[in-house]
Amino acid sequence: MKKNKFSILLNGLITENPIFVLMLGMCPTLATTTSAINGLGMGLATTFVLICSNLVISLIKNLVPENVRIPSYIVVIATFVTILEMLMQAYLPSLHESLGLFIPLIVVNCIVLGRAESYASKNKVLDSALDGIGIGLGFTFALGLLGMIRELLGAGTLFGLRIFPEHYGMLMFILAPGAFISLAYLIAIVNRIRKVS
Amino acid sequence: MKKLESSFKNMILVLGSITIVAAAALGWVNGLTSEPIRLAAIAKQEKAIRMVSPEFDNQPVQEQYELSDYEGNRLVCFPIKKEGKLLGVAIETFSMKGFNGEVRLMLGLKPDGTINNYEVLKQTETPGLGTQMTSWFKTDKNKQSILNKDPGKDKVWVAKDGGDIDAITAATITSRAFLDAVDRAYRAYMEHGGTVVDVVTTATIEEKEAQNEEE
Repeated sequence: MKKNKFSILLNGLITENPIFVLMLGMCPTLATTTSAINGLGMGLATTFVLICSNLVISLIKNLVPENVRIPSYIVVIATFVTILEMLMQAYLPSLHESLGLFIPLIVVNCIVLGRAESYASKNKVLDSALDGIGIGLGFTFALGLLGMIRELLGAGTLFGLRIFPEHYGMLMFILAPGAFISLAYLIAIVNRIRKVS
Repeated sequence: MKKLESSFKNMILVLGSITIVAAAALGWVNGLTSEPIRLAAIAKQEKAIRMVSPEFDNQPVQEQYELSDYEGNRLVCFPIKKEGKLLGVAIETFSMKGFNGEVRLMLGLKPDGTINNYEVLKQTETPGLGTQMTSWFKTDKNKQSILNKDPGKDKVWVAKDGGDIDAITAATITSRAFLDAVDRAYRAYMEHGGTVVDVVTTATIEEKEAQNEEE
């Protein structure tokens, strides 16, 4: 039983990693990973919303009639996103500023609604929360990694610490094309590893 | 437990109660965070003022007043004083001419209108190119710096338009927007409460263009 719970966590992190395997939520992935800290921040923000919404949706799944399922879930998700936004504005103003528009856009992040629909609405409360943690951490891991790669290659820094002179940075990696290229290589590497094991 | 049936009554009841609970939760959190959000905004403003001003001992945020710029927009102005003596002002200014929309700056001016320092408050320019404005115009290299320049006397616009300031490499539009914001604040300050009386030459890119057309 204990192993089973652990596998739910691991499922989101590796086997069903939302970015590398499910390929969900590409828009915030490409747009917010200009630096490692932005990528991690976005990942953790989404994780918070995922855990809370999975938990609540799993709790109310039997009370919600089939036909108003989607609007109900969206209201729950939007509530948590708004709470998150207010909290970030109050306590993490600089991160809130750099992520800007992408925080309210978590409402329409397909990972969050996708997990609500496909997992939380069918499973027990604890399992749903664990699934939220797993998928959220998987998302955070992917965004953090992508952000680190882009920041390192593009600006020569890592979490703001200088690794090599800015002069050698390839600006393209901070701009949109670098996002696509780095993500494609990451996905290719992950696919290769998955095939081998 | 079985799922509730999708009858009209059930749907209205459930969706209604979910929204009411959500609204109550949001109201509660809003009450909790509105004060910290306000303080965070003030702290940010104060930090920016401190960045662009010499040392002061008054309360610029409490003593703020509004200036009207040449287009009728309101700019917030923070007086900087030490021992009662006016050392300059910090003006929150903006330009809508950025490559990607609005650019907001905190600009520190000395009482005679000379630029003391600036701090970028908000920008959405291209990462790696336009975003360099946060430090570019402070860097004393070639003709990049606008510090200690007097927009009334010096040609504070980009070299491409005949000015004396080097634009950011590959981000001329951002540079123009930045200098537009500087010019906006300078003109507003000079017209409403500058201490220097005889500076009338507030030449801008537009006026220069008009001159060129006349020629």
